[in-house]
Amino acid sequence: MDPSTLADNAARLANEAATVAENAAGLAQEATQLALTQTAGAGDPFVFLFTVFVLACFIGYYVVWSVTPALHSPLMAVTNAISSVIIVGALIAAGPDDWNISKIFGFIAVILASVNIFGGFIVTQRMLAMYRAKK
Amino acid sequence: MSASLTAFAYLVSGVCFIMALKGLSSPKTARMGNIYGISGMVIAILTTIALPGVTSLSAIVIGIAIGGAIGAIIALKIAMTALPQLVAAFHSLVGLAAVLVAGAAFFSPEAYGIGSVGNIHMGSLIEMSIGTAIGAITFTGSIIAFGKLQGLVTGKPLVFKGQHMVNLALGVALVVAVIWLAATESPSAFWAIVILSLIIGVTLILPIGGADMPVVVSMLNSYSGWAAAGIGFTLSNPALIIVGALVGSSGAILSYIMCRAMNRSFFSVILGGFGGEAAAPGMEDLGDRTVRQGSAEDAAFIMEQANSVIIIPGYGMAVAQAQHALAEMVSVLEEKGVKVRYAIHPVAGRMPGHMNVLLAEANVPYDDVLELDEINSDFSSTDVTFVIGANDITNPAAKTDKSSPIYGMPVFNLDESGTVLFIKRSLASGYAGIDNPLFYKDNTMMLFDDAKKMCENIVKTLKGGGH
Repeated sequence: MDPSTLADNAARLANEAATVAENAAGLAQEATQLALTQTAGAGDPFVFLFTVFVLACFIGYYVVWSVTPALHSPLMAVTNAISSVIIVGALIAAGPDDWNISKIFGFIAVILASVNIFGGFIVTQRMLAMYRAKK
Repeated sequence: MSASLTAFAYLVSGVCFIMALKGLSSPKTARMGNIYGISGMVIAILTTIALPGVTSLSAIVIGIAIGGAIGAIIALKIAMTALPQLVAAFHSLVGLAAVLVAGAAFFSPEAYGIGSVGNIHMGSLIEMSIGTAIGAITFTGSIIAFGKLQGLVTGKPLVFKGQHMVNLALGVALVVAVIWLAATESPSAFWAIVILSLIIGVTLILPIGGADMPVVVSMLNSYSGWAAAGIGFTLSNPALIIVGALVGSSGAILSYIMCRAMNRSFFSVILGGFGGEAAAPGMEDLGDRTVRQGSAEDAAFIMEQANSVIIIPGYGMAVAQAQHALAEMVSVLEEKGVKVRYAIHPVAGRMPGHMNVLLAEANVPYDDVLELDEINSDFSSTDVTFVIGANDITNPAAKTDKSSPIYGMPVFNLDESGTVLFIKRSLASGYAGIDNPLFYKDNTMMLFDDAKKMCENIVKTLKGGGH
């Protein structure tokens, strides 16, 4: 092998190595970007919401077991009131300018949920106001 | 409001709801908890109104004004004895609201960002149908429970032949309808889910007897939570999902506590049929047993002489509205130096904690009101136990008679107590339809009268007698 061919081969190899390095850099950049978008929670919204759901179930489990049995009736009344936060869905439906079937559904749901919100919190307040410690 | 700020506001609202439940761990912090709950709700509503899609407020304001006025009037007027009915009625509203919101999302998916008509994401369709189905079951189930508690529908379990097969068929049909909706997004499939679920709500609750109502009310509480969570997924709203999970687990835990207190499995309650005529064996061979009957004067005399008295209230006290007369009787006894405490069984009344509320209403301090586990070892050192409107929870057959339908249910150790005074209208059996051997024991004295009248007569004697 004469020196000139050797030099040519070396030059070609060096070129290829440079290309590989460039590709690798590109890949690495893509990977970081992918990782970034994933940690931002934009991967699959369902998985993110499901995470919230599961964690909230655990919180609910521990918080509810710590409720004293004497307050189980107010617990039912207040859970009833807060489950009416479903009103947020009704507000979105009742919010647009034009009346259509969805807006009618939304309007009725706003009324129903409001009965529950006001009724639930007031009846809970009435119950809790009656509990008193020994003098 | 930017999307991040909106998400953050919903998170704050969710945390407020957690704090609302946390407050209930003690009567001292409970009122603060309620304020947290109200704040969470206000934050959630204001955040939603600030969304760009909400442009017209007239329908919203009118809706909240109408609903709020109705809710406030009902809540201010309702008698505390009617709480279980009220809660059942409120559950039905959450259920129906969930169905309506799901319907709105189905017909206007753009507003919720879940696709367009005819092209809704499949995941959203499935979430939506789960929310709809649970909501509709909660709606009709709660109406039936309300009817039973209010006495509009018979409290006896309504069982018919092949009932479980019918429920199973309905359940299978519901699953088919969900798949149909997910595959085709046909409005007919949506309505099929609604109608099937409404029917299931009725057939599920109708066979369950009056004595199991505490479980049913808790269970429907749980369902209303899961329905809210299902809708929360459709709306991608973390506040709704957090609330749904909290309420769902709360109801599930209460159902579990109630089932454990009756030594029943959750499934046997759901399958229904308990507490009917069929469950009344042993009522025929009572011929040779006699009961000792007493008057208000006898009861007054016995309690006046006692050092310590335990009072066991039950649903009968609520029916007779006797809590105020009872509390007056207790305060007269306490003035005479008698130590009086109240003992509450988890399933006393028609909803969890019902007796505690009624006693609180009659100004009984909560430190005097103890749970079954806390007080059950004290009966052996108690002179007199006063049973008012309770029956099955005092039945010693639950401990001794393996053939009894309530065998294994935790009951008060009344066999260890001194004298037992038992107020009852007649010798009829309790809700479970079981005879109570306690009536025929030597140290039991039956006081046959209306609970309220009996307490008032005892008070008269205690005050007038001057012993």
